[in-house]
Amino acid sequence: MSRVPHVLVHHKGDNVAVVVVEGVKAKERLFGVCLDDNSEFEVTCNHDIPIGHKVALTPMTSGDDAIKYGQVIGRIVAEVAVGDHVHTHNLKTKRW
Amino acid sequence: MSMQMASSHKVAAQKVWAYRRENGRVGVRNHVVILPLDDISNAACEAVAAHIQGTIALPHAYGRLQFGEDLELHFRTMIGTGANPNVAACVVIGIEPAWTQKVVEGIAKTGKPVAGFWIEGNGDIATVAAASRQAKAFVHWASEKVREEVDISELWVAAKCGESDTTTGLASCPTVGNMYDKLIPAGLYGCFGETSELTGAEHLAAARAASPEIAAKFMATWQAYQDDVIEAHKTSDLSDSQPTKGNIAGGLTTIEEKALGNLEKIGKSVSFIDVLEPAEAPARGPGLYFMDTSSAAAECCTLQAAAGYVVHIFPTGQGNVIGNPIMPVIKVSGNPRTVRVMEEHIDLDVSGIVRREMTIDEAGDALIEMIARTANGRFTAAEALGHREFVMTKLYRSA
Repeated sequence: MSRVPHVLVHHKGDNVAVVVVEGVKAKERLFGVCLDDNSEFEVTCNHDIPIGHKVALTPMTSGDDAIKYGQVIGRIVAEVAVGDHVHTHNLKTKRW
Repeated sequence: MSMQMASSHKVAAQKVWAYRRENGRVGVRNHVVILPLDDISNAACEAVAAHIQGTIALPHAYGRLQFGEDLELHFRTMIGTGANPNVAACVVIGIEPAWTQKVVEGIAKTGKPVAGFWIEGNGDIATVAAASRQAKAFVHWASEKVREEVDISELWVAAKCGESDTTTGLASCPTVGNMYDKLIPAGLYGCFGETSELTGAEHLAAARAASPEIAAKFMATWQAYQDDVIEAHKTSDLSDSQPTKGNIAGGLTTIEEKALGNLEKIGKSVSFIDVLEPAEAPARGPGLYFMDTSSAAAECCTLQAAAGYVVHIFPTGQGNVIGNPIMPVIKVSGNPRTVRVMEEHIDLDVSGIVRREMTIDEAGDALIEMIARTANGRFTAAEALGHREFVMTKLYRSA
């Protein structure tokens, strides 16, 4: 169809994207697509990120909401830079 | 709009070859089930199934000293399993006659052949001999049943996802949703459950109820699970269990993120028309139903089969291998690595979605095609690999 994306974003305004290819390495320039409107973007990742894991699209700080699907998926608990790996070390549930 | 109408007319008109049962329902498998009423009748049931070819025993862990709502659920699951249209005939074996007969009478309401045997006063050997003679007669009868052509929308198709990851919400769950958006308006019965796994998306689920009353019933069910199960028994949090270790390895971080992906299964346009108790048969006609279930795969699938669903769609990210003894479980994955390294477990590869080579609409059509092939008799990966997980839900300790 078109160029194969490295990362996908569910909704415009989400502050995390999902890596959908294997073998992403730190410092790689990633090609992304937003599924809302097929808009394209690029982001440079700061870490090796496994397939399925998330990369930050905006800087975030402790207490910020992580947004995916246009919905809150938890609270950020550390300083996060654009391109950082976002997972259990810096994102926690707001439930349970 | 007109394109969509044409597409949904096309899929609704698709025919499958299935078994028409005595009560009018449609089944896609033709099992002769040897059903233990209780744990101590497993050995006799397994002996019959080992002896008589074409039968299947469903051993499980429960059935003694249960009471109240938990006992009602036990009977509902037993009777519902035997009554499922994928079961042609059923032999029930219990330790004593009274509860055995209760299950036999429940299954007999469908009009299908069913017979009960009990062990007390007879012993295992005589019981196995008598039950084997009956099972053999049922196998002869069932094996002469002939499939007939029916509309695909006559099927009851349940869904539940497992070992989810972020590709589940991107690809495999939206594929299921697309199938429901196309087939439910044509008359399909659908079902989703996993009460605890909607946490973080419960407000979005409630908004998909067909009426304010059903939304309130859903929220009461969800809140009761939070209060009576999660809050009553949690330790510091559920982070060691929800998300699972496999979910976390696959990139899911929180229950909210998991729930939002999970809910993609119900599509974009259909509303759910009732909230079912575990293993309760839907009674409001064709449409999508929510069932109050655990999110553990085998428990949820067993309850959905007991409610009468005959095909199951199981989106997986990291590669859950679950099957069910009476209901074919179709695995759908959109994770490019999983479809490569666990290829033997995946019936439908939709990883083209994350490569932007396949649209959700195309994936939905591919799933409908796989449902038709499975209904016609194609073994699922789980069936070919011998996955027969039959796990009863238990609400509390026995008396």
